[in-house]
Amino acid sequence: MKQLLAILFENEAGALARVLGLFAQRNVNIESLSVAPTEDMTMSRLTLLTVSDAQTIEQITKHLNRLVGVVKVVNLVHVEHVERELMLVKVCAEGDERQEIKRTCDIFRGQIVDVTTNTYTVQLVGPTAKLLGFLEAIGRAHILEVVRSGTCGITRGAKALSAGPKGA
Amino acid sequence: MTPTLTADEMLVRSLVDQGIEHIFWHPGGVSFPYHRALSKCEEIALVLVRHELGACHMADGYARATGRPGVVMLTSGSGATNSITGVANAYMDSVPIIVICGRDIAGESVSAQLDETDMIGVSRPVVKHSYVVPTASDIPRIVREAIFVATSGRPGPVVIDLPRSAHESTEKFEYVMPEQVSLRGYRPAESGHAGQIKKALDALLKSARPVVFAGGGVIQGNASSELLTIAERLELPVATSLMGLGAVPGSNPLCLGMLGIHGSRVANNAIAHSDLVLALGTRLDSRAIDDPERFCPQARVIHVDIDPSSISKTIVADLPIVGPVKEVLTILNQLANDKPELQSKRHNTYNSWWKQIESWRQESSGEEQHNLTIDDSKQLHPSDVVQALYEETQGEAFITTDVGQHQIFVAQGYKFSTPRCWVTPGGLGTMGFGLPAALGVQFAVPHETVVCITGESSFLVNLQELSTCAQYDLPIKVFCFNNGTLGMVNQWNQIHGGEDGLLGYPESMPDFVQLVEAFGHHALRVSSHDELKEAVNLTFSEEYERKTVFVDVQVEPNVLVLPTQNSDFDTSVKDSVGI
Repeated sequence: MKQLLAILFENEAGALARVLGLFAQRNVNIESLSVAPTEDMTMSRLTLLTVSDAQTIEQITKHLNRLVGVVKVVNLVHVEHVERELMLVKVCAEGDERQEIKRTCDIFRGQIVDVTTNTYTVQLVGPTAKLLGFLEAIGRAHILEVVRSGTCGITRGAKALSAGPKGA
Repeated sequence: MTPTLTADEMLVRSLVDQGIEHIFWHPGGVSFPYHRALSKCEEIALVLVRHELGACHMADGYARATGRPGVVMLTSGSGATNSITGVANAYMDSVPIIVICGRDIAGESVSAQLDETDMIGVSRPVVKHSYVVPTASDIPRIVREAIFVATSGRPGPVVIDLPRSAHESTEKFEYVMPEQVSLRGYRPAESGHAGQIKKALDALLKSARPVVFAGGGVIQGNASSELLTIAERLELPVATSLMGLGAVPGSNPLCLGMLGIHGSRVANNAIAHSDLVLALGTRLDSRAIDDPERFCPQARVIHVDIDPSSISKTIVADLPIVGPVKEVLTILNQLANDKPELQSKRHNTYNSWWKQIESWRQESSGEEQHNLTIDDSKQLHPSDVVQALYEETQGEAFITTDVGQHQIFVAQGYKFSTPRCWVTPGGLGTMGFGLPAALGVQFAVPHETVVCITGESSFLVNLQELSTCAQYDLPIKVFCFNNGTLGMVNQWNQIHGGEDGLLGYPESMPDFVQLVEAFGHHALRVSSHDELKEAVNLTFSEEYERKTVFVDVQVEPNVLVLPTQNSDFDTSVKDSVGI
């Protein structure tokens, strides 16, 4: 079952390692991870995508809350939320194919951010399914390199993750 | 005016200001400046150990006996990593210890150094929290935070790594100890939810067959008197986990003893047939619960714990209460005071339940008695020794153990009269814990009787601390159950159909009496009932009161710890609790 955790934690050395250790200890793989400081530079926000059963993720969430450096944990799959991911794809684009690739890129609302005589680098933002759809449309033979940021998630509406009491 | 201090002075001052009186230490090159400063400090007694693991177990025993944090100081590299089993042991049993290590890892020095190890990384899965000290001026805050984190909420070990760069300088800094700790990511519950506690009382009053299950959290959370108050008021039977022994006096009629795979028949039967379980400060681990389906199939479960991750982990709680057991029980007692139906002196709701419990208790005590060998021609049974020690000390000694059959025989037979007297490695099952832990306890309570009950295999794991014991004149008493075999492993081997006696090594055992005498202690060997009686009398006599005494007790090999719920090995007990 897909789980998408949003975690606010102290922006300091070792804090991320403690968070990730809890997944490694339970042999739970992390599918994607996106982390950076928030508007408050002392705090980092992490979105973590994993696949696990409800009981395992509940236990991991309880243990995340136990960590001294973790300020807040929310499983976004239980609330209305928005997910976005950024992808950069370097594609082989030569001759007549350049036009076709450009068109596909437009359809997916991608931007070409770097051009050489035989390649395009496409930037694409959206839900993960859209990014994967683009890769399929381009075709594996044309793809030279793919880099994805990992999913970022945020709740819909006025409710916000902030440094209030844990578990609230 | 704020004093200005160097890094090493800053550390010493911080520890003194936080009320630390003992430090268990082993010095080395990287941590040397701190150790030098500490040795000049009059307020803190330094205990020089023989092995870093010994230091950790001593700090652990010290903390369990008092509730105060046990502090360890070590150097870097192997000095630090030697402590890991001790840190893990404290983590599993929620014991507040602070381990301060030297740090000299790549990145901080130009060249690769001796003793280069990432202690923070190595210890990460087994600490409650850890700190690398960024600059010397952070030392007071970090010491204060570390002690707060270690001792509050669900207690646990905290590691502080002191980089060489922070303490080699002679630069002076302002010493500022923060007035309070403020950690936005750490706010342990201070009380339970009043509405939930009210529901818990109503459920208790409506139930016909309640049982309280008290875990180590009752001991660590200093909640014994609150537990006894509510238990006596409502006449609630109390079973305990291995870690919860002493939560209520073992000789109190309300106490059913330990439950679990080696628990008493009365405790296991009571839980299995109960309609309400009030679990207090326990993680309901696999030694307490052989089979979650059969644990308390008819019961509603109220689970009180300061750590939400312990609740509904193995047994789903119908009524979870997150909070410190002491505060939750205080509110429960207040609510009970306000109940008109509880104003009369006796609360007689559970009469028929108690009748049933008493009949199980009768059967149970018969079973326990059969372990004891009255016949002097027979070899000593471990239970004989436990019984003799119980009679001699009246349940009031501090007892440490290692792990194995001896540990369970003590848990079953020694009726602890007060909390914090039972010091045993429950969660990690650490061989080699008992002796150093006994030293730590004796430092904490210098005028109390401290007995280490151990097995010959466990004793060999950390026997070097006999030398520490000699150095500091610690009058601990060691009773070593010597059966020349890994008794509990052998028992499991037999349960799982293996051959008997595969895991013994009697031919290669040392002569324990000579061994202990070589450390300068008094040692004797006993193998009969008369010799045992004599040895107990001598050990606790006035002459030996202030001396270390070691008794090598030759016990019958191939005895089994019964009852046991494992597999079909002891079907009588399994059937009796099966529903």
